Amino acid sequence: MTIPHWQAAFAARAGGDEPRWLAPLRQSAMASFAALGFPTRALEDWHYTSLSSIADVPYTIGSGASSTTVADLTPYMINADWPTIVLLNGRWSPALSSLDSLPGGVLVLDLATAWREQPAMVQQHLGTVAVSEHAMTSLNTALMQDGVVVVVAKDVVSNTPIHILHVADAAAEGAARFPRTLIIAERSSKVTLLESFVGLADVAYFTNHVAEVVVGDNATVNHMKIQRESESATHVSTTEVHQARDSHYVNFSMAMGATLSRTNVYTVLDGENCGATLNGLYLGKGTQHTDHQTRIEHAQPNCFSRELYKGVLDDASHAVFNGKVYVHPVAQKTDGKQSNHTLLLSPDARIDTKPQLEIFADDVKCTHGATVGRMDEAGLFYMKSRGVPSETARRLLTYAFAADVLETIENETVKHALEQLTLERYAGSAVHPVIVARKG
Amino acid sequence: MLEITNLTASAGEKDILKGINLSVNAGEVHAIMGPNGSGKSTLAQVLAGHPSYEVTGGTVRFEGEDLLELAPEERAHRGVFLAFQYPIEIPGVSNAYFLRSAYNAMRVARGGDEVDPMEFLDVMEEKLKIVEMDDAMLSRSVNMGFSGGEKKRNEILQMAVLEPKLAILDETDSGLDIDALRVVAEGVNKLRRPDNAAIVVTHYQRLLNYIVPDYVHVLAGGRIIRSGTRELALELEEKGYDWLLQEALA
Repeated sequence: MTIPHWQAAFAARAGGDEPRWLAPLRQSAMASFAALGFPTRALEDWHYTSLSSIADVPYTIGSGASSTTVADLTPYMINADWPTIVLLNGRWSPALSSLDSLPGGVLVLDLATAWREQPAMVQQHLGTVAVSEHAMTSLNTALMQDGVVVVVAKDVVSNTPIHILHVADAAAEGAARFPRTLIIAERSSKVTLLESFVGLADVAYFTNHVAEVVVGDNATVNHMKIQRESESATHVSTTEVHQARDSHYVNFSMAMGATLSRTNVYTVLDGENCGATLNGLYLGKGTQHTDHQTRIEHAQPNCFSRELYKGVLDDASHAVFNGKVYVHPVAQKTDGKQSNHTLLLSPDARIDTKPQLEIFADDVKCTHGATVGRMDEAGLFYMKSRGVPSETARRLLTYAFAADVLETIENETVKHALEQLTLERYAGSAVHPVIVARKG
Repeated sequence: MLEITNLTASAGEKDILKGINLSVNAGEVHAIMGPNGSGKSTLAQVLAGHPSYEVTGGTVRFEGEDLLELAPEERAHRGVFLAFQYPIEIPGVSNAYFLRSAYNAMRVARGGDEVDPMEFLDVMEEKLKIVEMDDAMLSRSVNMGFSGGEKKRNEILQMAVLEPKLAILDETDSGLDIDALRVVAEGVNKLRRPDNAAIVVTHYQRLLNYIVPDYVHVLAGGRIIRSGTRELALELEEKGYDWLLQEALA
């Protein structure tokens, strides 16, 4: 184990500019990590995913000079007119970022500026939402070196996505990065955020990301994530959310990159009349390992949660879905629905799916279900009998399987971009873009 | 056009077709009737290349070519079309895209160019009229949430788009009310030409009032036990199948 390696890195940090209150937070996080170490399969939450492959890797912190330009990022921008923050190898790059189109009432700051200019706000929330006892979250808190703070003022409604683009280029090789995102949506506000993780070079590195989201009374946060890291990278990302009364949190997680990825999405519905929607799509190929763990904690009455995760696994890829819904004794009239559907394209592909309901209230409506299937042979024959070549028919049915969860994405541009990414994976880029039947 | 000789086929361990002989020429409509379980649908599916059936003997030649050697999509490219008894639902794929994929695959296989979505809409406008369908049906997922009549109409729409040489209609009339039956049958009639042919598999004589066959064959126990003209169908309607089965056994 390389706990001493990380302790040494921690000791070597230059924390001179940091506010005084941060030091104990970091120290206790480091102590927590040192006690826990990298997760192993012995832990229930990590039963199907082991980080032992990287536990002994002496990653550097921070990367050398890089020459990535705005032009290199164009394919990942989705829409260059959106306010875009680029974290290049873990560091905010003012040259690559553009916040000109940021709407009024929305504040976007890098971490260091935020704790200098908004100390009370940051101190109040940072490290108070991501409180799960996870070694990876602790390691991020101990070593977070940069990040993005988004504050949406009361009553401000912003439907244009704010794009946080986490870029790793060739200079990221052998490095670990610990980006942090803090989103604060004040009362009756609405904000849409997209966090992209992209790898520009096929190099090995370690991303350990933590996002904390504070959803105020009657506020809505629409939070999307696209993970297309280098296929040699290891990616761990934890999003923890606190929801106040009448709030809505909508998360979409698209996972298609990295050799190993683990995405945690945890939300606490801590006021009446809240809603949480957690959807996602994972696409596996080669020997990729993709794990999603979600936890929805119903802590108050009259809330709903909706969850739909779909996956398509080819070759010898392996995916894990572990969805927990926890209903507290007081959370009467909870309405929860969870499903997970996976399509296996190869006999060597594998899914471990574990939906879990823990209900301690007696007047609730909660359902869950999981299916694992193979290609629909009847549909395949039907298409072939109409002259559609076998391979085209297979790709089309594969795409169609994945498409309905993409349909749930509210932002049309993001939805279209993810449809296109999925199409390119299964149908080649020559296929006409709009093939999905729109509902209604 | 189609020459079936001593065709035998099985599903798993079970022999279903036990020596079918049938010859279909361009311009003809053949009706295949028979009791449940006689092998009518199996014959239709075998001709389309359904993977659940194994051909154990005999030959099928289509315009001189060995049809049984061809993959299902190649049979489609040559001009064979099966209207399914139970059309398949395909969630997530729009009817328009499905039809265009099939239409373009057919054009490319026959040495032509693909058409773009706008050109295809022009093609569709005329085809939709044949089956009295609304273009709203095009934006829905293939057969998802369609009524029984809509599914069968959608089959005939596909037939209209693909313009097959040999159309095999597998119980296209089953479960349809008289209005839907009329629309489907008229659609088939509008697509009849001197250079194409149809095999109409049905359990009921009723359909043959609308699609008038040149020949009627009775299939029972995996064999054609009687062939005749339209009068045979009327006789069957009146007397049922039992007398024929008795004769066949005698």
